[in-house]
Amino acid sequence: MTDLKRTPLFDLHVKLGGKMVPFAGWEMPVQYPVGVMKEHLHTRALAGLFDVSHMAQLRLKAADRVTALESLMPVNVAELKPGRQRYGLLTAANGGILDDLMFANMGDWHYVVVNAARADHDIPHISAATEVEVLDRALLALQGPAAEAALATLNGEVRDMKFMDARTMPLIDGPCIVTRSGYTGEDGFEISVPKEEAVALAEALLEQDGVEPIGLGARDSLRLEAGLCLYGNDIDTETTPVEADLIWAMQKRRRENGGFPGADVIQGQLSDGPTRKRVGLRPEGRAPVRQGVTLHAEIEGPQIGVVTSGGFGPSVGGPVAMGYLPTELSTPGTTVFAALRGKFIPLAVAETPFVQQTYKR
Amino acid sequence: MSVKYTEEHEWLRVDGDEVIVGITEHAQSQLGDLVFVELPEAGTDVEKGDEVVVIESVKAASDIEAPLDGTITAINEAIVEDPTLVNSAPLGDGWFFRMKLADMSELDGLMDEAAYKELVG
Repeated sequence: MTDLKRTPLFDLHVKLGGKMVPFAGWEMPVQYPVGVMKEHLHTRALAGLFDVSHMAQLRLKAADRVTALESLMPVNVAELKPGRQRYGLLTAANGGILDDLMFANMGDWHYVVVNAARADHDIPHISAATEVEVLDRALLALQGPAAEAALATLNGEVRDMKFMDARTMPLIDGPCIVTRSGYTGEDGFEISVPKEEAVALAEALLEQDGVEPIGLGARDSLRLEAGLCLYGNDIDTETTPVEADLIWAMQKRRRENGGFPGADVIQGQLSDGPTRKRVGLRPEGRAPVRQGVTLHAEIEGPQIGVVTSGGFGPSVGGPVAMGYLPTELSTPGTTVFAALRGKFIPLAVAETPFVQQTYKR
Repeated sequence: MSVKYTEEHEWLRVDGDEVIVGITEHAQSQLGDLVFVELPEAGTDVEKGDEVVVIESVKAASDIEAPLDGTITAINEAIVEDPTLVNSAPLGDGWFFRMKLADMSELDGLMDEAAYKELVG
């Protein structure tokens, strides 16, 4: 048992009544006293403040950083303009996904945020290609329709930002890296803040109308409704970006020219089609169908797929899930069955996201 | 009226020659908002420890065990329709099922309120 790490907001979480649990080596709030359901609905109605300081923040400033990132990801890094952010995928030689990440062109450097559970893998992996500086900063996410007004009280410049813009600006005192992005399907921001200012920033935001603290429980149900992948559940080293329905994350030049790990496998799947695909699923009835539940083409039939994320969608008002199915059964509207406690529950293959995205384009 | 408690955070209230079974305030607060309840059929014979009820919150699924041997005589359909009744009234309208115990004297082996309060602190 190794010691759990704590973010600069640990004491604030405890003060707010956060229920602290181990997550990817960190002690994080899974929920606050109002509970996951109300936290989820509050974020979609007004604004939620999340501590995501467990994620690793990296600064790449060497001259070779763009070619290095393109050598690791099937993603167009070179043409991402300064002040813009993009979703990225680190791929392996088998075409599998080593991690998903967000990266931004900050002008004379690139800002990269990777999953906490994969930081110990990603940092040496990227360091082998270009120099990596790990930033010792806090990271907050402010998500929901009231996010812009709340953050604008600290710096009105955020009103000028559009979805996936990235800027550096002061909010409390020192420079913050603000991106207009998130993991909920809502408009909102992620804010990298000097760790000694993290509590002041969180408290300043929590004072604003409509801003409440939100735990990891609601973060998961929000991202699931938004159809966003969780690394380790929905994507991993055994799933390719094509199978994971993330072709949109691989821009045309990279798809066509290759030059990234697993290009032969990924380009083969792009031309021939994958044998299986990640899909959205809407179970009939009220029972949540969770990760690991097997999928079947017919009742009592053999297993054809598996649920990779699933639960109750508070905004949908019913169960929602994602999983992998053979490509021929991946068309929305197709009915498949989940083996749940000895019963076979029908599920409809569904378009994702399950809720309307509200990004400010 | 006598109420007994199990270590699995169920309460049993004696009502005539039957008991009414539900989960405690402590249990509902630990589970969080319930979104799904699956109850057994009335008439089912159960043994202590059988998983008779499935309840799910946004976060996770949990099983509720039969507290003692007996027969399920009635179930609370209202909590299937509205699982949040278990959160709002765990000791009242959020009851799970009624059962006829094989041996009423087995209730004596369960905790009374003072002992249960000590358990949950």
